[in-house]
Amino acid sequence: MRRLSLALGLALSGAALAAALVSFLWLPADPLVLSVADRLQPPSAAHWLGTDHLGRDIAAMLMAGARVSIAVALVAVGIGLGIGVPLGLIASARAGQWLDDLVMRGNDLIFAFPSLVIAILITAVFGPSATNAILAIGIFNIPVFARVARGAALPVWTLDYIRAARLAGKGRLRIAAEHVLPNIAPLLIVQATIQFSLGILAEAGLSYVGLGAQPPTPSWGRMLAEAQTMVTLAPHVALMPGLAIVLTVLGLNLLGDGLRDRLDPRRVRA
Amino acid sequence: MLSYILRRLLVAIPTLLLLVVLCFLLMHAAPGSPFNSERALPPQVLANIEAKYGLDKPLPLQLWDYLVGVVTRFDFGPSFVYRDRTVNGIIAQGFPVTLTYGTISFIVAVLVGVSLGVAAALRQNTWIDYIAVGTSFSAQALPNFVMAPILVIVFTWKLGWLPGGGWNNGAWPYVVMPVIALSTSFMASIARITRSSMLEVLNSNFIRTARAKGLPARTIVWRHAMKPTMMPVVSYLGPAFVGMITGSVVIDMYFSTGGIGLFYVNSALNRDYSVMLGLTILYGALTILFNLVTDVVYAWLDPKIRY
Repeated sequence: MRRLSLALGLALSGAALAAALVSFLWLPADPLVLSVADRLQPPSAAHWLGTDHLGRDIAAMLMAGARVSIAVALVAVGIGLGIGVPLGLIASARAGQWLDDLVMRGNDLIFAFPSLVIAILITAVFGPSATNAILAIGIFNIPVFARVARGAALPVWTLDYIRAARLAGKGRLRIAAEHVLPNIAPLLIVQATIQFSLGILAEAGLSYVGLGAQPPTPSWGRMLAEAQTMVTLAPHVALMPGLAIVLTVLGLNLLGDGLRDRLDPRRVRA
Repeated sequence: MLSYILRRLLVAIPTLLLLVVLCFLLMHAAPGSPFNSERALPPQVLANIEAKYGLDKPLPLQLWDYLVGVVTRFDFGPSFVYRDRTVNGIIAQGFPVTLTYGTISFIVAVLVGVSLGVAAALRQNTWIDYIAVGTSFSAQALPNFVMAPILVIVFTWKLGWLPGGGWNNGAWPYVVMPVIALSTSFMASIARITRSSMLEVLNSNFIRTARAKGLPARTIVWRHAMKPTMMPVVSYLGPAFVGMITGSVVIDMYFSTGGIGLFYVNSALNRDYSVMLGLTILYGALTILFNLVTDVVYAWLDPKIRY
């Protein structure tokens, strides 16, 4: 059962990634070509997943959209890892001191705000674009990773070999990087998977309300928004991007769960 | 307990003030203005308009005026785009709607989620458990903007049971789909958290002691296991609430319910700064308030927290 869900998670998220990668080399059709004569076609041999209200090929749009979704979520996770983990490690190295307090209070502050509302604010103020969506989502990943890194690192600092390293004269920052970080890496990987799936959802949400990647760049969220008025006319136009989002997120969640069971030694196997 | 609540309130107030100042400055750092249109206005006209909205004053003074207005009169100022509307008017019109379906969704998510989680944990590794786990796992991947079209296709188009949008003063057929769309993924998360938390609690020593004393299963679950089980659930309620607030934006767009979410998105797209600022502050205040409530509930549940 466990192994099955991990495999399913790998397969689903791998499929999304593969679709995004293949889209750079090959697409079933040009996702930007409009053809009014072919609009709202049901799935067929010519258009595997049908066409939308402007006659664009949905399969091609989904593949090109996967690119945007994955890129935005990936960079946003990178921002969180790159800034949040060092902050969390520094805080754990100086546990109980003012630096630790500063980092953690700053964290609480960001947590106190509704993240997507602030993300909408940021993208509205600086103009809607994929880049600003990345920034808006990425900022809220920082405190998440800082908290996870600090929480996981704190018990590691009390281990004997860390004390030995300190006796050997290594500095705290060097110990943090060389000995603590590898110890907490599994937890960070699991958290990164979760944040990645949340990032996909956030990007879709932002582009659904019109504040993500701008037209004509295909994106899953906007495909859903555009399909809204013709749900009864051609339900597949709304269902296909919905399905893409659901399967990708489901895959990532399964993957995260499976990885946690594999990697986190503290978790009791239930 | 009272001093704990007061202390937390004292922290909440500067957080809220900081939010107001940050939003204000962010908004004014933005390039462009709500009065930029396709055709450039004559500079005199622009100056007049800016004077009317107080935009000609130095920034710190504008900030001060705004803060004083918000704090003393609870006045968020006029809308920059809809000339005949105030931000307070928009909130008064939309907020009751958002609050109504938001509260119902929240209650539904908690009740269904907790029941599902407890049922799964008590019948671990039976078909009830498998169904609950499978349902919650799939439902977790169903965000509101995916749920909404599915619901409309099934209940409005195929079955013709429910209206596809509108609010109609909150008549129940209009509330059902927004509530389901908004609560599904949170219900799923709550179910999963409840299940794993309950399993952990049921394996702990004090429950074994209670079993050894010969207490009936019902008493063990309700008197002893429920309270510690709810602790991680309660700490998830903060983020869940925030997610629902954000989700209201999508719900208002999809179902034309007329809540503040649609105003929020439109203000973002129209650069209607005062509306945006006012609604961001409202969302932020709600979040801070709710986090306060969850902290207090958590403190009540967890005997290890001293007030």
